[in-house]
Amino acid sequence: MAKISIRELNLYYNDHQALKSINLDVENKEIMAVIGPANSGKSSLLRALNRLYEIDYARITGKILLDGKDIFEIPINDLRRRIGIVFATPVVLPGSIRKNLSYGPKLHRRIGKSEVDDLVYNALTSANLWDEVKDRLEDSAARLSGGQQQRLCIARALAMQPEVILMDEPCSGLDPVSTAKIEATMLELKKDYTFILVTNNTKQAARVSDRTAFFLLGELIEIGKTQKLFTSPTDTRTDDYIRGRFG
Amino acid sequence: MKDKIAEKILLFIALSAILSLALITFFIFQQGIPLIFKAGLANFFSLKWAPTRAGFGILSMIIGSLMVTVGALAVGVPFGLAGAIFLAEFSSKTIQKTLKPIIELLAGIPSVVYGFIGIVILVPFIRNTFGGPGFSVLAASIILGIMILPTIVSISYDALLAVPTTYREGSYAVGATKWQTVVMLLIPAARSGIVAGIILGMGRAIGETMAVIMIAGNALKIPGSIFDSVRTLTSTIALELGYAAGDHRAALFACGSILFLIIIVLNIFAIRITGRK
Ligand SMILES: Nc1ncnc2c1ncn2[C@@H]1O[C@H](COP(=O)(O)OP(=O)(O)OP(=O)(O)O)[C@@H](O)[C@H]1O
Ligand SMILES: [Mg+2]
Repeated sequence: MAKISIRELNLYYNDHQALKSINLDVENKEIMAVIGPANSGKSSLLRALNRLYEIDYARITGKILLDGKDIFEIPINDLRRRIGIVFATPVVLPGSIRKNLSYGPKLHRRIGKSEVDDLVYNALTSANLWDEVKDRLEDSAARLSGGQQQRLCIARALAMQPEVILMDEPCSGLDPVSTAKIEATMLELKKDYTFILVTNNTKQAARVSDRTAFFLLGELIEIGKTQKLFTSPTDTRTDDYIRGRFG
Repeated sequence: MKDKIAEKILLFIALSAILSLALITFFIFQQGIPLIFKAGLANFFSLKWAPTRAGFGILSMIIGSLMVTVGALAVGVPFGLAGAIFLAEFSSKTIQKTLKPIIELLAGIPSVVYGFIGIVILVPFIRNTFGGPGFSVLAASIILGIMILPTIVSISYDALLAVPTTYREGSYAVGATKWQTVVMLLIPAARSGIVAGIILGMGRAIGETMAVIMIAGNALKIPGSIFDSVRTLTSTIALELGYAAGDHRAALFACGSILFLIIIVLNIFAIRITGRK
């Protein structure tokens, strides 16, 4: 069974339709890349999956299933615990590195100090950030570099012990070294988590993903094995986009 | 060159503002402090206020001022904060755009009008419901609490809105409810603005005179309960300055000095709280 099944999904902002009859299965523990030009609905797709679109006052029709269960039947805080998200610009919360990591878990249950210690260590280690920040866990998270902040955001998603991690252009503002670190992190974490990676960087999609979906103006144009999609796409629009012949 | 001149002018204006403040402070202290030493601290901080017969005890007024201020905060802070949270986080843009100016308009109503409403509605209500004179700590607290609402609401509201929206997204994204986001993230992030609003409100409450004179009863004793009449430092100054002379007049300036000190101490506290990381 697919980890996430999307059936006939439409998403509207007022009158504007940002997603049009999307049908898509995301397999367990794969990295699925989502590519496409600006305004093709990539972010909207991610925000539909964890129901974050609701804070934008958007509306959806269709079905989204997580492990076969309708996401609207899962309590919203549980859904968002199971499906984490990392945004394009790193969103660190005010306060220390440690507080950034314990914020989410503390919303859901009471946890003691030693459990927080473990959680901080595990999340930072998994996000490849532990060595760089282990001596300054109480420092303000805002003082980290951009790349470190983004890895902190990944760690914060991991601290929730999610099943799926959505990434919305996580490397768009980062230098090549930080980008490489984040890609390496994803490849390591892949054995335990399912990823959906929105990226503007087709090379990045090619480097890390198993499958790639190409979106254009709210429609899913083509989906297939990454290798195949990049070498011999079936749709000419996909071909145009990956060859950079596109606006 | 032009920049230099503008800079000089601004510096001059800033300095004259500071200078006039310093002069006022100096004047009040210079008029009041000598009397405190002349009368002696024991006399000054006693209960006996008979300034024409060398009784300069202002203790009951200090306590009165503190009581109505604390009372005003007890009324104004919860309602003001709730109002700000409701406006900033739980209402649509249209509601915000309509209500915020209306609330700010409340700050412009002269205090005598508040006092009048207090006399006509609140005082009889308290007298009929709880007994006692009606002119009381409770009446003054409620009216002052309402008077400081606009300050607290609008400053806290601005502070909440100044919290970046990305924080909210980050919080919702890890499964926080709206309430959890408000309590655990937004209020702490907006804390310094909220405290600033409360301090300004507190300053207004402790300094308010007219409304308090009209509804507090002004009896010269420490109130035994919130239904008793109370007299504040400001009321005393306003009621007596018109006819006071000599040491009596100096004693009123001494009241002013004490008021000044109380406000400074409260502000220092507040700054400490805000600055704490
Ligand atoms: N909060 C919103 N309110 C109204 N319209 C929105 C909102 N967010 C997105 N849209 C619209 O929905 C469409 C899809 O936007 P979306 O952000 O999903 O695209 P995207 O593929 O992520 O683009 P980009 O590559 O620029 O991030 C766009 O036309 C956009 O203008
Ligand atoms: Mg986007």
